[in-house]
Amino acid sequence: MNFQLTKEQEFVKKMVRKFAETEVEPIAADIDKEHRFPTETVEKMARYGLLGVPLPKEYGGAGGDNISYAITVEELSRVCGSTGVICSAHTSLCGWPLMAYGTEEQKRKYLVPVAKGEKLGAFGLTEPNAGTDAGGQQTRAVDKGDHWELNGAKVFITNGGYADVFIVMAMTDKNKGTRGGISSFIIEKGFPGFSIGKTEDKMGICASSTTELVFQNCIVPKENLLGQVGEGFKIAMSTLDGGRIGIASQALGIAQGAFDVTSEYMKSRKQFGKSLSKYQALQFEMAEMRTRIEAARLLIYNAADMKDRHLKYGPYSAMAKLFAAETAMHVTTKAVQFHGGYGYTKDYPVERMMRDAKITEIYEGTSEVQKMVIAADVFSK
Amino acid sequence: MSFKIIVCAKQVPDTNEVKIDPIKNTLIREGVPSILNHDDANALEEALKIKDRYKDTHITVITMGPPQAKDLLIECLAMGADEGILVSDRALGGSDTWATSNALAAAVKKIGEYDLIFAGRQAIDGDTAQVGPQLAEKLNLPQVTYVKEFAMDGKDITVKRALEDGYELIKLKLPCVLTAIKELNSPRYMSVGGIYDAVGKEIPVWGAKELEIDLDTVGLEASPTNVFRSFTPAPKGKGVIIERDTVEETAKVLLEMLQEKYIIA
Repeated sequence: MNFQLTKEQEFVKKMVRKFAETEVEPIAADIDKEHRFPTETVEKMARYGLLGVPLPKEYGGAGGDNISYAITVEELSRVCGSTGVICSAHTSLCGWPLMAYGTEEQKRKYLVPVAKGEKLGAFGLTEPNAGTDAGGQQTRAVDKGDHWELNGAKVFITNGGYADVFIVMAMTDKNKGTRGGISSFIIEKGFPGFSIGKTEDKMGICASSTTELVFQNCIVPKENLLGQVGEGFKIAMSTLDGGRIGIASQALGIAQGAFDVTSEYMKSRKQFGKSLSKYQALQFEMAEMRTRIEAARLLIYNAADMKDRHLKYGPYSAMAKLFAAETAMHVTTKAVQFHGGYGYTKDYPVERMMRDAKITEIYEGTSEVQKMVIAADVFSK
Repeated sequence: MSFKIIVCAKQVPDTNEVKIDPIKNTLIREGVPSILNHDDANALEEALKIKDRYKDTHITVITMGPPQAKDLLIECLAMGADEGILVSDRALGGSDTWATSNALAAAVKKIGEYDLIFAGRQAIDGDTAQVGPQLAEKLNLPQVTYVKEFAMDGKDITVKRALEDGYELIKLKLPCVLTAIKELNSPRYMSVGGIYDAVGKEIPVWGAKELEIDLDTVGLEASPTNVFRSFTPAPKGKGVIIERDTVEETAKVLLEMLQEKYIIA
């Protein structure tokens, strides 16, 4: 056992931190205020391999491991939670299932441009009536002989408005139910009958695009079935196991960012004649926060390392996400409190970080779902 | 068309993080991260831009330093350089600019084939701006320092050389030595894929033996310059703005002030 980062991981951390502080941080407040998706940042991330970190080189990825990927999402999120989730949803929820379940032809056609970041990816599972109960899919896919026909709608789809490739779940056999009845499809922007619906107006991660996907007699080529018919639920759940490493890293990054900003603020802000950093009550709170952040980081790296070793890591990524999300809420709430009135204004980044943190307890499985996953692992043995 | 380019780079302490010991007047280097010297990053970037245009161009980065300077070469490789060579040997320790350029010239000769050598103008730790020009002299190559714009048309090169109050437009032919300043370009980042390729790559270490260099020309003993003292320059006072009702009055006040300081008679 060795808790040191590898040389590669150290360099990735150094590189992404510099990239994030130079390219992302200066616009983070503006894109949040304007609710503007940062296409220019996405192009730059693609150029430097940040949109395909854990994907193999032979398919256009950077050939890194999952700890380097976690570091990438963490460092982006440290300055901008929106940019972090753009990277995470693209890589974990679109790149990974294409790599794990795609045929050679599908990988050449879709994974290569996704891993290079030339095309942006998204994932469609959630529906108005199928959130935590993901099995209740109402989107239907019917085999029409020479193609599939999809009807239905997906909601809360990250990257929805800007993605080119979507991994979408649909019911192919209602009688078989969740396991066996759902299939996965690769949908391209521009397929006949596929359109982007409402864009959500959110509390946080305002620079990320969250939309509805609408399928009206959408024509999907036969060869765009991902995996086997009926494998959809398995594909979705295994994809989310990995996605949780990404979201946990996003939560960790937001927490670390708020912590760093707050510790700097405490050194300069004086009340009653001394810096906030000199008050032991506040020091103890900071010590508590730092401990939680470090624990979250170790849970994430462990889950990422297990994934690289092809071990059963699902419960561990659930624990990482549960803990990191709660840490993000705890730290950002305290960060706002420590900034006092200033923290509640948009002149300081902690207000944005607190809004961004909340979603990490909700998407890619709420904290309650993480507990279901963890508990199932306890009692299924 | 393709070129063989050599880039000279130096690992330096991040001056944003350096503090001066107020008593000993020396740099406190402990815990200070090492970085790729800024001007050298510009030098490498310009070489990489040539490689972007002429794909078969080969870039070799040379650095002289202690074993940990290998990290700098990994960084350069991860940015897109093809090869890194670490010039490192206890016998080279304490070299000043003259001795350093002797070692670098020997390394360049050992590489043999090259069309162009880029270096940064100067390192942020020593600030001498001497190694690039000395290297050119020792290799008997034409040189242009303070390059802020670069254009190439085959083997013909046109550069703008920055001056305090303007620039010189200079045409020259390959091979030559150019030293880069920050206005030349914006260096790219490492790429993640580049990092994964670079870390495993073999980096040759050349010592005095490999360089076949005369030991009387390198190292502390062979260095004609000595640093007697480092100090923080006293901060300059604020400027004075003279404002009077008329130009004549203002000029009169200025004249008196200059005479008071014996700057003019």
